[in-house]
Parts: sequence; C-alpha cells; structure tokens
Amino acid sequence: MHSLDNPAILREIIMDHYSNPRNRGLVDDESYEQINMNSDTCIDNLDIQLKMDNDTIEDIRFDGEACAICTSSTSIMSELLIGKTKAEALEIIENYMNMIYERDYDEKLLEEAIAFKNTHKQANRIKCATLGWNGITKLIEGE
Amino acid sequence: MLDVQTIRKDFPMLNGKKMQGYPLVYFDNGATTLKPQCVIDAVCDYYMYYSGNAHRGDYDLSHEVDQRYENARDQIQYFINASRREEIVFTSGSTDSLNLVAFGFAQHYLQANDEILLTVAEHASNILPWFEVAKNAGAKVRYIELDEKGRLTLESVKKAITQNTKLISIAWVTNVLGFEAPMKEICQYAHEKGIIVVCDGAQSVPHIATNVQDVDVDFLAFSGHKMCGPTGIGVLYGKYDLLCQTYPVRLGGGSNSRFNSCGIVSLKNPPYKFEAGTPHIEGAIGLGKACEYLHHIGMKTIHEYEISLRQYCLQKMKTLDNVEIYNEDSNGAIAFNIKGVFSQDAASLFNTYGIAVRSGQHCAKILDEFLGVSQTLRVSFYFYNTKEEVDHFIEICKKGDDFLDAFFG
Repeated sequence: MHSLDNPAILREIIMDHYSNPRNRGLVDDESYEQINMNSDTCIDNLDIQLKMDNDTIEDIRFDGEACAICTSSTSIMSELLIGKTKAEALEIIENYMNMIYERDYDEKLLEEAIAFKNTHKQANRIKCATLGWNGITKLIEGE
Repeated sequence: MLDVQTIRKDFPMLNGKKMQGYPLVYFDNGATTLKPQCVIDAVCDYYMYYSGNAHRGDYDLSHEVDQRYENARDQIQYFINASRREEIVFTSGSTDSLNLVAFGFAQHYLQANDEILLTVAEHASNILPWFEVAKNAGAKVRYIELDEKGRLTLESVKKAITQNTKLISIAWVTNVLGFEAPMKEICQYAHEKGIIVVCDGAQSVPHIATNVQDVDVDFLAFSGHKMCGPTGIGVLYGKYDLLCQTYPVRLGGGSNSRFNSCGIVSLKNPPYKFEAGTPHIEGAIGLGKACEYLHHIGMKTIHEYEISLRQYCLQKMKTLDNVEIYNEDSNGAIAFNIKGVFSQDAASLFNTYGIAVRSGQHCAKILDEFLGVSQTLRVSFYFYNTKEEVDHFIEICKKGDDFLDAFFG
C-alpha cells in the first residue's frame, strides 16, 4: 500500500500538527503582513502573518482558536510554503484546493497536506480545511 | 404513556432517511424539528386543493383560504390558551416576533435611562434587537445574574431590578443550558413593579404546556419549525391592549383599512395591522395542524417522555470518563464536550455515524463568559427520539479519542 493511502499515517500527520502546530504564535514585526480569518459558521478564528523576501516567502506565522482540522491544515500549509516563491506557493495552493474540491491535482506538490484528501466526505469541514489556506492566498495576492 | 414507535411512523424522515450510511439519529431538535405527515399534508393540500390569497377575493376559493388561515389562528390560541384570537400575530418566527416587540413596542415605550434586563444565556435574537433599541431610545441593557448552575431565579431577578427597569426579556427555556425560568413568579413580581415581561418561547412552547393567561406574560415569541411546523412561520402572542400600543414595523397591503394621498393612514386592529403583505398562508395552516398534533399527543406526556429520555442519556453519559457535562440539572438540551476534543471535530465524528448534533456557540455568544468554555456540543431531544438512539450515541461518545475517524472512516 502506498503510504499516503494509509489512513493511520494520514491521521498521524493531522494529530501531530494539531497537538504540536508549527509556526504558531504571532510576531510583533511590521515587516509582516497580517490578516484575520474567521469562519461565519463556526468558531474557527485565526490570525495569519506573512513575511516576504522579495519574491520568496520568508516566514509564515499563525495563532488563534480553531479545531483540529483548521489548526493542522494551517500548520502544514505554513511548513509547505515557507521558502517557496510566490508562483510556487500559488501553484501548491491551487493543487490543494483542487484536492479539496475533488478535482485533478498533483499529490507530489502537497506532501503532508495530502492528509486532507478525504475532506469532501465531511463537506461541512471544507471551511475548516481551507481557512488558513484562503488567508495566506489573500496575503500573497495582496502583496 | 407515549408509544414512541407508533409516533415515529408519523415522520417520513424517521423512516428510511440515512446519513453517512446509517439511519438518521436526529438529536438537533433545538435547531429545528422533523415534520409529521399530517403537517406535510396540511401544507401540500393548500397548494393542491385551495390555492388562493387570504383576505383578498370575493369568491368561494378565497373565502375557503380565509377560513383555514384564521382557523390556524384559533388552533394556536387554543394551544397556548390566549384569551382572544386577536392576540395571535403571525410572524416569520421567534426572531421576527422579538424584533417586532423590540422595535414596534419597546422603542416607543422606553425613555432615556430606562433599563432592559436580559441574561447572558439568551439567544442572539433576544439580545441583538435590544442592543439596537437601547441605543435608539437612550436606554440601557443590563444582565440578570445566573446562579452557579446557570439558572435564572426569582431572587436574581429581584436583585437586578432597579427603579429604572421597565422591561425584562428572557427565555422561558434557554437554548444551550435548557433551564426553565420561573416565568409565572417573575411575571407576578415584575408586574407589581410595573415592568413589562417579554418571553422568548422558542425552546419552551414545543416542549412544555404553555398557558399565557396563567403565567400572565405580556409578550411571547415562538417558532413553528421547532414544534413540528413549517419553517418561515412563527407567532408573537401579546396582550391585546399591548398589541394596540405596538406599531407595525412593516407596512403595506392588508394592514390598513384606508389611506389617502396626504399620508393619513388608518391601520387595522391587531393582529392584522402587523400582517402586511400576503401572509405565509400554508405555513400558518401547517403550524395550526402541528399544534393540533402536539395537543393530541399531549404536552404533559411529551414533556415527561423527554425528561425520562434525558435522564436515561445523562446516566449513561456520566459513566463515561471522557465526557464533560455542563447542565446536568436542567430538563432541556444537554450541553457537553468530549474532553480534549474540539466540539466541531466531535460533531464530525457523530456525523460519520449518522448522528446529528450541534457544535459551537449555538447563537448564545456571550454564554461562554458564564460557562468558561467557548464552545460546546449540544444534544436536544424531541418526543420521537428513542433509548436505542441514545445507546448508539453513547457508543460514539466512547470513540471520542478517535475523532479523526470522521476523516478516514
């Protein structure tokens, strides 16, 4: 079995990022752009920060109150996008959204984010799995 | 005794509907309720056999619509024991009803520095209109303290009342904690002080026998869809003299008897002055039928059955180490969390096994200040739920730690 099809491993990835989120905690630094993302329908409420170095994403930070799906997907997003160029980041995001909305996508680009490939089975969780990703998209495109 | 298996046959949604491959277990009755066939038929019959406008035509068909629409008003008057049929105003639901009291009555009645008393357990629809009215009238919103369990007591009402208090607006049963307020005692005390009592009955009228004359409440708001009726229809009950002092917040056809080009309008009497525009005819007729259906089963029987089902569920939940319950002593919804699991993640797990439960703040966004938790799960029963459904729910509570099953099941 391909390891990415093993639910135990996918679950492990989500739990790991939920209990130990990467890049969590905001910084007080004006060179970061910041956005608040909160869901209209549930309690998920995150602040996300982005620092660019010319065309490259130098750092992403986030903090707030959110469920396991929202927290872990944002944590994975931050790890995946730091160090990428703007174009690379947008391509990864596009592939992630394709995966979430059951369109064709390149799983090699998504690495651990593949853990959310079943989100469509719980359609009400799509908002959780995309809140952080939509936030970072706004920040990148607003640059 | 209530024969739940016979009752379940009345509800199409309980006979074959599946969610995630499991037979639906519907435990979100605080949000809305399922509909019995007789209500569905009552709504459909209007479309099938006597479609027409109410109060508008000079032909037999229109007369038939009038009769059935007004008959629904009578059924509701009977259901809550109002003294006059004119005290039943059709609205779109509790939210609409509370807004009508707030903007149509209170905004004119209140003066600068008057006080409106609420509690932190209120639903958004019984808080937000009052913020706005207070702002417009120069009045103040204050909160009556809940006791350590989250209950509203007569003592705390007495303590909160000042000489500026002119209006109290509270839920008869709160939507998250499910405690029943001592409405009759509160009304009696408030009336001695000349205070108007508005009651949000959205979570009480569907579950406990309502007698507005006995309780002596001034206004009562409730929704059809939370009591087996259609969506988009609800009721504002108001004492007739108070409804006469209430201004309509929507004007239009049907609410006036005549007007001229100078802007002189003569409004009809309650309840018609509030029902401008073509009403939700089939909604009102469906709600009338729902009242008849509930009355036939008996509100006392319904309430007793729900209490016994709640006790059964509670006893089982208390044997689980991973469940935290916030309102053991109430008779309404059960507010709880699976320890260490975010409420929405837990709700997804229940969904995976066909169980509908609500997660989050349940529109009571300032209740967290009291509870000390920002979000909970809520199971809310109705008389068609069963012990077997509770057993299935308890098995899933035990799986709480595997909440990501929802993603990989």
